[in-house]
Amino acid sequence: MNAGAALTPSRSRDDVAPDEARRDHLLVAGMVEPGSRVLDVGCGDGSLLALLRDRRGVDGRGIELSRDGVSVCLAKGLAVIQGDADTDLADYPDDSFDYVILSQTIQATRQPRTVLEHMIRIGRHAIVSFPNFGHWRVRYELGVRGRMPVTDNMPAAWYETPNIHFCTMRDFVGLCREVGARMEQSHALDAGGQPVRFHMPWWFWNLFGQQGVFLLRRG
Amino acid sequence: MNDLAFSVPSAVPPVDLPRRSEAETPSSPVERFGADAPLRLDAGIDLGPWQIAYQSYGRLNADRTNAILICHALTGDQHVANPNPLTGKPGWWETLVGPGKPIDTDRFFVVCTNVIGGCMGTTGPASMNPATGRAWALDFPLVTIRDMVRSQAMLMDRLGIERLFCVVGGSMGGMQVLQWAASYPERVFAAMPIASGARHSAQNIAFHEVGRQAVMADPDWRAGRYLDEGARPRKGLAVARMGAHITYLSEGALHRKFGRTFQDREAPTFTFDADFQIESYLRYQGISFVERFDPNSYLYVTRAMDYFDLAADYGGVLAGAFRNSPARFCVISFTSDWLFPTRESRAVVHALNAGGAKVGFVEVESDKGHDAFLLDEPEMFAAARGFLDSAASELGLG
Repeated sequence: MNAGAALTPSRSRDDVAPDEARRDHLLVAGMVEPGSRVLDVGCGDGSLLALLRDRRGVDGRGIELSRDGVSVCLAKGLAVIQGDADTDLADYPDDSFDYVILSQTIQATRQPRTVLEHMIRIGRHAIVSFPNFGHWRVRYELGVRGRMPVTDNMPAAWYETPNIHFCTMRDFVGLCREVGARMEQSHALDAGGQPVRFHMPWWFWNLFGQQGVFLLRRG
Repeated sequence: MNDLAFSVPSAVPPVDLPRRSEAETPSSPVERFGADAPLRLDAGIDLGPWQIAYQSYGRLNADRTNAILICHALTGDQHVANPNPLTGKPGWWETLVGPGKPIDTDRFFVVCTNVIGGCMGTTGPASMNPATGRAWALDFPLVTIRDMVRSQAMLMDRLGIERLFCVVGGSMGGMQVLQWAASYPERVFAAMPIASGARHSAQNIAFHEVGRQAVMADPDWRAGRYLDEGARPRKGLAVARMGAHITYLSEGALHRKFGRTFQDREAPTFTFDADFQIESYLRYQGISFVERFDPNSYLYVTRAMDYFDLAADYGGVLAGAFRNSPARFCVISFTSDWLFPTRESRAVVHALNAGGAKVGFVEVESDKGHDAFLLDEPEMFAAARGFLDSAASELGLG
């Protein structure tokens, strides 16, 4: 398995120029077979879906909670529906997609376990990325300063964050075992969302990875 | 004043003449089908001869692949983007349809038909029954949404359009869009149902029933024979329209637009005159509707909507209706629409997802109620434009 580490803060989702593909998106796109069927859960403004469509020839669909996000996606010609990962995944039949992607969203769901179970039921593969709550800066904020962390990756204060289910990379690996998801690839991302491919023990990733990205399949 | 709806004479004024001639010889193109090419109705009757009036805009390309069919709502007609021949008002969807508009008549060949059972040139209860030489009136068979779609498909055959690039419609028009995708999956490349649903709800049937009873309670309805007898159930139809019009708006929009404002007066008159602006507005809506719409058509077309329940035709499973549809869909609803609330659109989206169809869906924020689909709603326009552009590039349309 690969691990990357970073000591500098990563860029938040919004400060990237619209035409510039985000590195974590490029990493995810690299995991997806060209021409496959993809469901992006929590697809935001559709930039990952558009990237997958334009560069990988993917037949993509999206679900997005915010009305503004959906409108932007539809104006881009993307097949995105307004919906909620917590309630709407149950309506999708088994094996209806090759990949179900949950990018930077699992920590904002009410029932991450159920969502993950649906993902590996609906898709042959699942791709999940999330901010690592085990990152050293988070531990420093909590452990040394005694405050809930506010970082570039997690910019909202505790009382207004949509992120209600933070986990560390190790926590997530544990959940994957519980729901019977097999890990095919895992990456820890550095500052710019770039995976750094060297061999490191688990504790190292969990401490220095700002984001985790996992490619899973039904076990 | 605005109380006219309740004091109009029942004798037929000259304004009826253009309306009756629109029913028989419309000022738009019309295709006529003889008794040898009847329209097979769900009621089990072969209707023939019959005719379908339509309007078109833009040019059909050499491959005949750029046609968009627009389906109108309950009281709409084929005059989408040209002045209405009866009222002189702009076309009912000129916000969306025209050169450079989201439904761009510079790129697409846009067709809109008057529905079967209507009164603007497609055969309906105001048309002449060839067997009697009089208006059909209630001898006209009951029609359904599927009959409307079947008649449109026969027109498309005549026009040489094998597959429609897109079928678009709001409200009852959206019902036709869904029926098209279910009945003729191979003939629909893209579909855009707006402010609509896959069935008419009990509440909506209830409102329609009130409207029909208002028409039939008017003594000038004459058991449907008013055209023969030179009468016209104006009051009944006006009341039906007033009631229906409330369902097209929202409490918020009514409050914003009218509040409790008085009409041309400072204080209540202590009469049943239209003291409030909202009363005056509704009376105006009622009376102007009467001048352009046939009362029996109102009965038939509302009935067609009531009968619509797409899932029922597929063993109660809506997903079954779309099982064979290769079309991509764009479903749009509005937050304040309580006639076709978002959950009705969502049920369609769920059924499409269950079938693996390619579907986009947005609930547009608006306080304008059901009528929002006819109004200036930039989010709806952006979604429609994005959807049509991407579908057009998928199909290789320039």
